[in-house]
Amino acid sequence: MSGWDTVGPQLAVLVAAGLVLLVDAMLPRQRQALPYIALAGLAASAAWTASWVGRDDFHTAFGGTLSLDQYAVFFYFVFAGITAAVVLASIDWVNRAGRSQGEYYALVLVACSGLMFLSAARDLITIFLALELSSIPQYILAGWGKDQKSSEAGLKYLLLGSIASALLLYGMALLYGLTGTTILPDIAQVIQQGGDTNRGLLVVAMVLLIAGFGFKMAIVPFQMWVPDVYQGAPTPVTAFLSVGSKAAGFAVIMRIFFEALGASFLSDDWFKIFAVLAAVSMTLGNVMAIVQSDIKRMLGYSSIAQAGNFLVGVAAIAVPGHEFTLGASAVLLFVAAYAFTNLGAFIAIIAISQKIGSDEIKDYRGMWRRSPFLALALAFCLVSLTGIPPTVGFWAKMYIFNAAIRADLAWLVILGVLNAAISAYYYLGVVRQMFLSEPEDEEPIRTTPPIGISIAVATAGIFVFGVIPMPLITAAKDAVQIFAH
Amino acid sequence: MDGVGVNIAFWVLAVVTIGAALGVMAARNLLHAVLFLILTFIGVAGFFLLLSAEFLAMAQIIIYVGAIAVLVLFAVMLTPHAGQSNSETKMALPAGLLALCLAAIFVFVLTDTDWSSVGSAPSVGVTGLGDALLSTWVLPFEMASVLLTAALVGAIMLTRNPEDETPEADA
Repeated sequence: MSGWDTVGPQLAVLVAAGLVLLVDAMLPRQRQALPYIALAGLAASAAWTASWVGRDDFHTAFGGTLSLDQYAVFFYFVFAGITAAVVLASIDWVNRAGRSQGEYYALVLVACSGLMFLSAARDLITIFLALELSSIPQYILAGWGKDQKSSEAGLKYLLLGSIASALLLYGMALLYGLTGTTILPDIAQVIQQGGDTNRGLLVVAMVLLIAGFGFKMAIVPFQMWVPDVYQGAPTPVTAFLSVGSKAAGFAVIMRIFFEALGASFLSDDWFKIFAVLAAVSMTLGNVMAIVQSDIKRMLGYSSIAQAGNFLVGVAAIAVPGHEFTLGASAVLLFVAAYAFTNLGAFIAIIAISQKIGSDEIKDYRGMWRRSPFLALALAFCLVSLTGIPPTVGFWAKMYIFNAAIRADLAWLVILGVLNAAISAYYYLGVVRQMFLSEPEDEEPIRTTPPIGISIAVATAGIFVFGVIPMPLITAAKDAVQIFAH
Repeated sequence: MDGVGVNIAFWVLAVVTIGAALGVMAARNLLHAVLFLILTFIGVAGFFLLLSAEFLAMAQIIIYVGAIAVLVLFAVMLTPHAGQSNSETKMALPAGLLALCLAAIFVFVLTDTDWSSVGSAPSVGVTGLGDALLSTWVLPFEMASVLLTAALVGAIMLTRNPEDETPEADA
């Protein structure tokens, strides 16, 4: 039994990680090449993935523990793109810190391979290991700054993350105990045969799974770590956490709940859980974001609210008696849109805070005068996060709400629209500070080429897919075809 | 395996393991907590033996009791200001009540469930385990090795004193 070619994208990333460590150790004079080795690995990974696009010969590998389908392909691209943006955004920041450069890029790459495995795994053991493979490097990266705040972030993330992993494992153990298998479709089969006699145990197992993954997705009530970790971690790492692990959490939770827990007597239960969590996450995240004065904390709370929007789509999937690929493709569209938008916003913040040495929103006054490019890009990203056309964020929200309305979740949509209005208040508050206030300091802010390029790519993505969203929507719809059978 | 002896052994192990786990939480002295932790590990190893998983029981003893617990003991004893006692917390009562509620839910659900669909526990020897790890489960197995490498790299990076690090080559 071979099949190592089916993990080519992950292997490319891991080989790059090994190379980065070797070059760092053997050729210290060539250190400035490290991020470019990482980028080359990610490019190779994306190229390998590209050779699978559109192929519909869905198959599994490694004894059924890994699934090679268009769903995984979609997420491979998302994660390679996210990681490339994070690497580009880290270059100046890591150079300035001037230590442990090889370890930094290597850990980012290992985390990326974990995220990729997570989106393709179809077995509980593989899912758990992939989750740890992405989490443990992120715990370390959060503490990479080594100052008090960064250490606090790393430790908090590690402790709470371990509790979440324990809950997840308990949920998986219950599922395995009941069904005697860890392969997702086999679990579904055993559950179908058993009927709903063991519904109580299955509900408990589902709640534990949601708690474990909810931590990664940062949804209420598993969000306690978000503000402190987002604020304390190095900003490029924060960007990685806020986009990468969130996307992976949704990727894996949709796969588990579709493939293993899709029995209709169960989806009746979990769609209610997800709908309530969506409502609470959106509302609490937005209300808390209003009062923040630190822009990283504000984006942290806003990411909780955005996770609530994702969950609206997940809840819409499960409502019986409608075409459920609609909800799933809406979630995938949202993942891609959110990745562009949040990364763009965070990279702009990295560029600005490197210069002004502060993350306070009040220090963003008059940014328009100091750097028109950064101010415009950040404003555009915030507009997209709010969900105003012509941005990709608008289409993502519209598709999510459309799926929810078709699923008779009108109350959730009304709540979502109200929340979008609340979020406009604080997102556009930053825009107002940047454009309408007078700067205290006129000194212009220059960006370096890597940061400039990554911001330009992110904003171009937001705009292009905001005007012609069809390619992205089609890709999302193709990706969820595997769930249609 | 069925019989009175096994039943008695199960309940004794259960009381010891859960009692020791409670001890870990309640002990004021950190050293005592670690000793209770070792007892918990031994209890778990006993459960593995009861389930005829001799290899797992042995691994549990060697790795958890032998290596990890001893490391934790060393760490506690070598840390000068670790404080020999756990600090007080006001949340003990509400947390305890919450834990009781959760325990009640779990006991209810676990006894309410029909476990008959599971069948008997698979009995796999060391050879079978090795075969499985390198055939069906080779992917998670390799992922675990990458994970351990990443954790090692990270541990070294986090504990290294910044002043000892090599200066930039071209500085």
